[in-house]
Amino acid sequence: MNEEKSGQMNELGDMGAMAWVNAGLTARYRRERRFKFFGLAAIAASLMFLVLLLGAIAIKGYTAFRQTQILLDIHFAPAVFDVHNLASANYAALVRDATLSLFPQAMDRQDRRAAIKLVSIGAAYQLQEMVTRKPELIGATKPIWVLAAGEVDMFVKGHISRDVTENERRISDKQATWIDQLAASGRLRQTFNATFFQAGDSRESELAGIRGAVMGSFFTLAVTLAFSFPIGVAAAVYLEEFAPKNRWADLIEVNINNLAAVPSIVFGLLGLAVFLNCMNLPRSASLVGGLVLTLMTLPTIIIASRASLRSVPSSIREAALGIGASQMQTVVHHVLPLSMPGMMTGAIIGMARALGETAPLLMIGMVAFIVDVPRGFSDPATVLPVQIYLWANNPERAFVERTAAAIMVLLLLLLAINASAVLLRNKFERRW
Amino acid sequence: MSLPLLVTLILLLSSLTYWLGCRRAFMLARQSLSGKLHSRPYYYGVLAGLWCGLPSLAVVVVWHLAAEPLLIRMAMDGVAAAKGISSPDQANLLVNDLRNLVAGTMMAHKVDPLIQAAADQYLGMRRISDLALATVALSTALAGACLLLKRIRPTLRARNQVERVIKVVLTLCSTLAVFITIGIVLSVLLESIRFFQQVSPTDFLFGFKWSPQMAIRADQTGSSGSFGAIPVLVGTFLISGIAMVIAVPLGLMSAIYLSEYAGARFRAAVKPLLEILAGVPTVVYGFFAALVVAPAIKDLGAMVGLPVASESALAAGLVMGIMIIPFVSSLSDDVINAVPQSLRDGSYGLGATKSETIKLVILPAALPGIVGSILLAVSRAIGETMIVVMAAGMAANLTFNPFKAATTVTVQIVTLLVGDQEFDSPKTLAAFALGLLLFIVTLALNVIALYVVRKYREEYE
Repeated sequence: MNEEKSGQMNELGDMGAMAWVNAGLTARYRRERRFKFFGLAAIAASLMFLVLLLGAIAIKGYTAFRQTQILLDIHFAPAVFDVHNLASANYAALVRDATLSLFPQAMDRQDRRAAIKLVSIGAAYQLQEMVTRKPELIGATKPIWVLAAGEVDMFVKGHISRDVTENERRISDKQATWIDQLAASGRLRQTFNATFFQAGDSRESELAGIRGAVMGSFFTLAVTLAFSFPIGVAAAVYLEEFAPKNRWADLIEVNINNLAAVPSIVFGLLGLAVFLNCMNLPRSASLVGGLVLTLMTLPTIIIASRASLRSVPSSIREAALGIGASQMQTVVHHVLPLSMPGMMTGAIIGMARALGETAPLLMIGMVAFIVDVPRGFSDPATVLPVQIYLWANNPERAFVERTAAAIMVLLLLLLAINASAVLLRNKFERRW
Repeated sequence: MSLPLLVTLILLLSSLTYWLGCRRAFMLARQSLSGKLHSRPYYYGVLAGLWCGLPSLAVVVVWHLAAEPLLIRMAMDGVAAAKGISSPDQANLLVNDLRNLVAGTMMAHKVDPLIQAAADQYLGMRRISDLALATVALSTALAGACLLLKRIRPTLRARNQVERVIKVVLTLCSTLAVFITIGIVLSVLLESIRFFQQVSPTDFLFGFKWSPQMAIRADQTGSSGSFGAIPVLVGTFLISGIAMVIAVPLGLMSAIYLSEYAGARFRAAVKPLLEILAGVPTVVYGFFAALVVAPAIKDLGAMVGLPVASESALAAGLVMGIMIIPFVSSLSDDVINAVPQSLRDGSYGLGATKSETIKLVILPAALPGIVGSILLAVSRAIGETMIVVMAAGMAANLTFNPFKAATTVTVQIVTLLVGDQEFDSPKTLAAFALGLLLFIVTLALNVIALYVVRKYREEYE
């Protein structure tokens, strides 16, 4: 570069410095424009990735919010029911008979089985619930919309292609014609997928929902918040307001900064070794998950709370001390209330991170297949991100759709949490 | 009496004591015409409440920690002797049976009658122990309350005592961070030491073959050398390297554009969008990598005739890079903004263009900070788990080819530890050894990053 310049200088020496500068300007401006373009391109690329990510998830997942149902004429034959024990009747047989009556042409064993498979096994539970709630149904024949099987749902939504050969798809040609028949006779419809929000996990895609995972996330986060916020604030108050500036305080400070950068999976190992192996707390419980996430979010909350405490001007403290308040009174009555919005913002952001965390929870066994919706802190539970991980591992097409839908729910929850943090900050933040 | 009930009772009792203490202090304040109270009245109440609640809660905690192992030992004493078991491992198995039986997670009919008897004995003793605990804790609470309520008089320095208690609590909370670190180091280290007793550290660190699944069979443990971590480490650095190739240029250029070129409105619009990228949970990136990016790369490879594994390192690295972009860009943004305006003005005054100023003045001045932020980003990439668990391979191939499947330290930890395993096999212990390695590497990167930033920071003004 330099040699080139000095060469130019000699060549153009008598033309004066201005001329030399002007001669190089076009090239320099071109470089300038190129550099600026690179910067803009980098931002555009990053934003394109964001759009791609969200777009791919939305496209893969939006169909999961609708669900295919089949209209069956169920005859509640009195012979099937035992009046004293309505719950134990053979509801599957009712569904089977109603299904087969739709397809009189299905005569041999194989065909009958294929026909029965069109309807979800959840239909029997649906009937059971209906009858136990309304026993007078017995003896009547009623048209009832029941859930279609997951494969039928996928076929109707076009996720199982008709074009591939029969043995490469999970719907046979015969089943496909039956489905078309059903659609033509108005016995097929798509409704809002309420099951997805009301049910726990299931092996059957059409019965699987996120309720269990959402409740698990709720319990886990409740534990996390209950422990990490008070402890985090207390630690921050001590470090900012009371700690003598000595080596011990330095050590704690370095420690907190390092903990904030420790990979989350290491906290999972800690939880496994301490909470499960040493303290014998229950595996898969949201209590343990919450404790592990507490350890993980604590540094974040301490750092945010300290920043918030530091932003309270010292004039406030001096004024309080000046009229005779003790140091503790100064902090509790004045500094803490003024810094509370900032601390709460920090805590909310910490909670958002905890809500999206998966890896440490895998370590403490929250990956189990759990059908029941958890009702307490020690029930076996899973959380929304882990549910997403579990479903993502399931090769069935219907679960891909549900995975993406669960991701959308998770992202919406995160958006809501972060938005509340922003609102809180805008409403209460003070500039001194 | 169940534990929650007992704790609630103690808390109720101490609130009552608080109220009594306050009342007594107010009464004293009204009575004493000559001397005023030392503290404001409610401090006396708080002090009384603390005296009532703290000692008895301490009793509850200590009792619970001490009683459980003691009771189990007492219950199992007879069983171990009757079965003629001497090794601690087998005794532990029996203890586990007992625990499961008591917790109701094991069917009673499958159980040895001896253990059943021990469990009954244990439950009986626990009932007695719980009752004793309730008596002791409640009488401690009452004694504490009475002691203090009697001591309330105007000269009692209630505020100072309350403040001292609060300060102790605050100090304890702040030292928790240190205890977490110690806990991490100890838990990972202790299990790793057990691992290294079975597999030599040199085999682990310099071995070229990683196949922990083989080691289940007893005849292969340790001797087969199947715990060589090199392929796992190579995979980790390959994927992190790909991530950094994506994240560093994009993140750095975005930061430069945002801080040097962009107007206030553009910046206000784009920065939050980039931060969304940072707020997306990693499991979402994992899904994106496994179901969108990896198939796309595979199809692309097939189109140009390149064999690409369906779990290629490239897909995982690429998506990890996207995840790290906002991390690099926001850290670099802070560093670039910290360069004083006078440097820019000086450079412009000499006739430099904006890009020349950035390249020749600002970036050199901000270099230590940028290097620090890149090191932090590397440590983030190495410790990232979900993307690689979902999109990278499980088998450890020693390869530098980004189109092949590679595995990482975090993937191995997850695969080794998820599911039910015997806790003494080298297979599960290996996960802790890998965890130790991960902890040390990320810690070292963080320390170096902070050191670089602190040491080479140009001091202005």
